Amino acid sequence: MPVMTYREALRSAMADEMERDESVVILGEDIGVYGGTHLVTDGLLDRFGPKRVIDTPIAEGGFTGAAIGMAMMGMRPIVEMMTWNFSFQAVDQIIQNAAKVRYFSAGQAGVPMVIRGPNGGGVQLSAQHTHSLEGFYGHFPGLKVVSPVTPHDAKGMMLTAIREPNPVIFLEAGALYGTKGEVPEGEALVPFGKARIAREGTDVTLVGYGRQVNMLLRVADRLAEDEISAEVIDLRSIRPFDEQTLVESVRKTHRAVVVQEQWRWYSVASEVAAIIQEQAFDDLDAPVERVSGAEAPAPYARNLEIAAFPNEQQVIDAVNRVLYR
Amino acid sequence: MATTKSQSPRRKASSQDDGPVAATKTRAKKGPGTSSPSRNGAAPLTLDTETTLDLYRKMNVIRSFEDAAQRGFRQGKIGGYLHLYSGQEAVATGLLSFYQDTDKIITAYRDHAHALLLGSHPNEVMAELYGKGTGLVKGKGGSMHLFDVENGLWGGYGIVGGHIPLGVGMAYALRYQETDGIVQLYLGDGAIHNGAFHEAANLAGLWGRDGMNPTLFILENNNYGMGTSVDRATAMTDLSAKFDSYGIEHEDVDGMDLFAVLEVAERATKRVRETGAPYAIEAMTYRIAPHGAADFLERYRTKEEIAEWRKRDPIGLVEARLLESGVAEATLDEIKTEARAVVDEAVKFAEESPDPALEELYTDVYDEGERG
Ligand SMILES: Cc1ncc(C[n+]2csc(CCOP(=O)(O)OP(=O)(O)O)c2C)c(N)n1
Ligand SMILES: [Mg+2]
Repeated sequence: MPVMTYREALRSAMADEMERDESVVILGEDIGVYGGTHLVTDGLLDRFGPKRVIDTPIAEGGFTGAAIGMAMMGMRPIVEMMTWNFSFQAVDQIIQNAAKVRYFSAGQAGVPMVIRGPNGGGVQLSAQHTHSLEGFYGHFPGLKVVSPVTPHDAKGMMLTAIREPNPVIFLEAGALYGTKGEVPEGEALVPFGKARIAREGTDVTLVGYGRQVNMLLRVADRLAEDEISAEVIDLRSIRPFDEQTLVESVRKTHRAVVVQEQWRWYSVASEVAAIIQEQAFDDLDAPVERVSGAEAPAPYARNLEIAAFPNEQQVIDAVNRVLYR
Repeated sequence: MATTKSQSPRRKASSQDDGPVAATKTRAKKGPGTSSPSRNGAAPLTLDTETTLDLYRKMNVIRSFEDAAQRGFRQGKIGGYLHLYSGQEAVATGLLSFYQDTDKIITAYRDHAHALLLGSHPNEVMAELYGKGTGLVKGKGGSMHLFDVENGLWGGYGIVGGHIPLGVGMAYALRYQETDGIVQLYLGDGAIHNGAFHEAANLAGLWGRDGMNPTLFILENNNYGMGTSVDRATAMTDLSAKFDSYGIEHEDVDGMDLFAVLEVAERATKRVRETGAPYAIEAMTYRIAPHGAADFLERYRTKEEIAEWRKRDPIGLVEARLLESGVAEATLDEIKTEARAVVDEAVKFAEESPDPALEELYTDVYDEGERG
């Protein structure tokens, strides 16, 4: 299998689909001539021309809304958010139009589009440039929300996203564009609504998504040294949500720790904990633990930022609590 | 109106001097205005009587429809927000006379007239207001979200300004897909101050430079955004001049005068279709109706002001012209009676229709279909 970076995996999915389907176009700030702030779209302008790779002014609401209009006409726009932090300027368009047009038109209009870009923190961008928006976007019926962590899933889920007839919020692991992994050639679509068991185990279920999954795998290695066998579940699809894989795992391990970079209140981890207690209450040997970001806007200083996000020790402490160690 | 598509009004070869009327800005802002020579210098437009009667009939159906909707609201049979078009009929009636099959229409929540003019069945429109399963959007959207995609109506949006970027993107798609369609994009004088307008207008101007944006902006200036008059909303009250910032040419029209609107509409739709570049019309108009059916107090304007504008009621102006051209009063009365009958039938249909099936709550949230 060819090895690619996360960035290349995304690009190759978009290029393949643009090659295959002329209705696919990309819009965003500095995605063409500049090559993309994170070089995800690098080279696409030369390949597909300015009618399909559309450099926009800095107007997130405007171009996201315009892309919704294109999608309603049967095009397949991909909108690049330079980073998801800027999507708040487009939230009205995403929620009030993209997520709802199908419903309030009683199915007469649809919005087949992808909005993608880097999400999450870890590179000292501080308060206004650091958000993890899975829970936020995952709240709204009408949207699909995914958050892949491997290059394999980045490509496979991007292929699926572009072919989706619904609006997709595609949250990329911004800190991982350069990480490499094996990516199958061709149309290896990864379906939405299916979690991935990143590592099998029997004593405790560690649940995460996005770049936290890599941390959970390191934690699982450390726990293995202590003879604790951790199962790691990469949710990867936030909405729709794979309840089955999660619940089956907890039925097996009887314990769960859910980890997320986002704030705890009203978050994905809260939802996961609720699903577990609803569906596997009798199987649980301990309350579900949540490890989340610190309840403060993201700080700048390196030490503060490290303290603001879940770390391995916090997860291990939580595992010890659910194991009553 | 229920069954046939609007036809482009035929123009007579002869010209008369009682032609189009473009109200000047100050006049329109301060009051209902009076006739003045077209500042566009275009040939005055005259219609044959038959076409005029047809448009007159449509305007009457709209007015009767809105009156009935207001009654339904007062009786508690229509819920939510209800925004009536009464007083503004000449604008959509004129503009949509030049609708072609490839065109797309998008507007805000004051959308009943647009649906009716495009050929949606009055029964289905009224049933939607009544929240019935037979409604235009199965009772899922209500008054503010009318869609009739087959007839060119792409909504019906409730967030002020929020639909404007959609319209601009739709226009891009129409050229990307190599059609000759245009988008008629309606917005209010209140919406123009929203950021969504400015971002979208900028994109329209930009994309239009390459022939990729056949958007016809129709700014319906009824002088109020709810209770806030134009001069209390902006220090730059020449609203259409805001299009200058984005390289979009524009003109004003007396939106109470159907014939003036028709004249501009014919030219403007043709121009946008041919160039693929956006263009804007500011129609000076007035809503005789309250902002919404629940706007009982109307503290923001005087009875005298409304009365003054009623003298230039767009339906009355057409009526005067018809009488002048020798149409019998009885003919006009007959049309009014017919219009009321159409609406009575719509109300009856709506009242007798079943509620939406409860399963509809969860349909159309996602498209469950596959795509290759
Ligand atoms: C973003 C937003 N803010 C406020 C409202 C409430 N609201 C509904 S209509 C309206 C006035 C809009 O005026 P205008 O654009 O002139 O349209 P008109 O009602 O005159 O047709 C307001 C403030 C809204 N629907 N959306
Ligand atoms: Mg207004």
